[in-house]
Amino acid sequence: MSEGRRLYLDGVSVVFDGFRALNNLSLIVEPGELRSVIGPNGAGKTTMMDVITGKTRPTAGKVLFGETDLTRMDEAGIANLGIGRKFQKPTMFDALTVFENLELALKAPRGPIACLRWKLNGEARTRIEQTMAEIGLTERAQDLAGILSHGQRQWLEIGMLLMQDPELLLVDEPVAGMTDSETEHTAALLVRIAGKRSVVVVEHDLEFVRALGRRVTVLCDGSVLSEGSIDHVQNDQRVIEVYLGR
Amino acid sequence: MSLAMSPIAADARLRLGLRAGLAIFVLLLGIMPLLNLLPVTNPLHVSDFLVSITGKWICYAILALSLDLAWGYAGILSLGHGAFFALGGYAMGMHLMRMIGPRGVYGHPVLPDFMVFLGYQELPWYWLGFGSFPFAMLMVVLVPGALALIVGFLSFRSRITGVYLSILTQAMTFALMLAFFRNDMGFGGNNGFTDFKELLGFALNTSGARAGLFYASLIALVLSFLICLRLTRSKYGRVLTAIRDAESRVRFLGYNTTSHKLFAFVLSAMLAGVAGALYVPQVGIINPGEFSPANSIEAVIWVAVGGRGTLVGAVLGAFTVNGLKTWLTSAAPDLWLFVLGGLFVAVTLFLPKGLIGLIKGRGR
Ligand SMILES: Nc1ncnc2c1ncn2[C@@H]1O[C@H](COP(=O)(O)OP(=O)(O)O)[C@@H](O)[C@H]1O
Ligand SMILES: [Mg+2]
Repeated sequence: MSEGRRLYLDGVSVVFDGFRALNNLSLIVEPGELRSVIGPNGAGKTTMMDVITGKTRPTAGKVLFGETDLTRMDEAGIANLGIGRKFQKPTMFDALTVFENLELALKAPRGPIACLRWKLNGEARTRIEQTMAEIGLTERAQDLAGILSHGQRQWLEIGMLLMQDPELLLVDEPVAGMTDSETEHTAALLVRIAGKRSVVVVEHDLEFVRALGRRVTVLCDGSVLSEGSIDHVQNDQRVIEVYLGR
Repeated sequence: MSLAMSPIAADARLRLGLRAGLAIFVLLLGIMPLLNLLPVTNPLHVSDFLVSITGKWICYAILALSLDLAWGYAGILSLGHGAFFALGGYAMGMHLMRMIGPRGVYGHPVLPDFMVFLGYQELPWYWLGFGSFPFAMLMVVLVPGALALIVGFLSFRSRITGVYLSILTQAMTFALMLAFFRNDMGFGGNNGFTDFKELLGFALNTSGARAGLFYASLIALVLSFLICLRLTRSKYGRVLTAIRDAESRVRFLGYNTTSHKLFAFVLSAMLAGVAGALYVPQVGIINPGEFSPANSIEAVIWVAVGGRGTLVGAVLGAFTVNGLKTWLTSAAPDLWLFVLGGLFVAVTLFLPKGLIGLIKGRGR
């Protein structure tokens, strides 16, 4: 990881059939930073993650991770650079067990031959077991992911993200469907992770964002409306108008 | 850990049971050529017809396995796998034609009859080397493998999936059929290759050679099964399953799904080529009809009926559907295509996991 890389978005626009999902968006996430991104539905939060992870090509603008231009890379290449993502709708492999899902996510050589020769060694097993303990799914190790509850799927996907050992984590609405105590646990987990890695969390739940207690970016209509501490943005008149005041 | 057997453990036990069943089945197949040696009056005698048709079915089972690897595991619904089978068959056929030597009708020392007939002066360059058995065997896997590599690379890289990929592979086998029908291709036009005499020095029309080919096919089936088992039980197999169910998610984990699919597709095409190569000396002929799109579709139906995504299912499907076909085409020849179509519809609607799903359902 050496000294870590910063995420740099400058003037990014995404246009879908004339509709501007992102509009001249600029954002910098420093190495080790934990950043919350909030904003009303349709503000472009998920689209921003799509752009960073190579799912959507920006119509205009720069997306850099350290020195690397992410707009020239495909999803797999970006993931291997050290950028991991949790989707808004938890997505995993339902025909595989919890353990196997984590094993697939575990950082290891990704080619066909390497996967064919892969042997689960003690170290890898320990890491997977630690992660299962962390996400509270130890008892479900041999269950198919397809039969987990929504909250458990959220956890499993967070676990998969941890297994990838990324330098930058993009976490889209991680606590939807979680109980209060689970939400607290998630906040603590993300705070713990940050520092060694950069984390960008998209969330609706303001209590959760407050619990994270770091810098907040408010998106609206595809660009940054306000940025600062949670107290700062909560008192920002424009934010109150478009978002909090509703 | 709970005391009740987990679904995974039950599944593992069932899988073991299925594989034991398969092993017994292979043993039964293995004694068929021996029972053929018994006098006709012996009640255990197995007829020549049954031995030779079972030999064909074994080749079909290898084709079914190869298709299952691509479709059942990697989610690549190829409607052109018959092309890989046929190419393997043609490579073997070219060797068998060369082995006829001067025994052809025209008695030319080198050129096969059809070339003499068409006025060829010498062998086309792409026929060189096929006089050598090892070279021909290499081509049996390399030619289908290379075609799969090209078609797969172009389509997977462009992210062509689903029905578009199926249509593309169907077009591939159709185009090859038209090409092989042409006399100027140098592959015998619509007559293809036939009148084979010998393989590895053994005259093909003897019961010994037939038994030899039968056993070679059986060994190839067992080896193909073991290769597929090794692949699908590895992390690679789980990556394929993941690609089948949510390819884009696999990319976000950092897997280059193009190379994973390509690996499976090429290997699958090679297995299909081996199946075709073993098939041709047993039926004694190969012609462009083997490229017919209907053949590829039939192979898909075998796998669907048996149960895609399970190796035993693919083998089971190939034997069941072909057994039914053989029985029906003699009992009620006009009915077969309707039955085949009906079977496919019925399996799709009522048995999405095929016969294996039926067995598993009862095992629970
Ligand atoms: N692939 C797409 N095609 C067309 N419109 C899209 C697409 N993806 C997102 N959008 C639109 O872009 C806007 C931003 O969406 P999104 O990024 O999902 O918002 P958020 O995550 O902030 O709720 C929405 O109005 C959405 O309908
Ligand atoms: Mg969203």
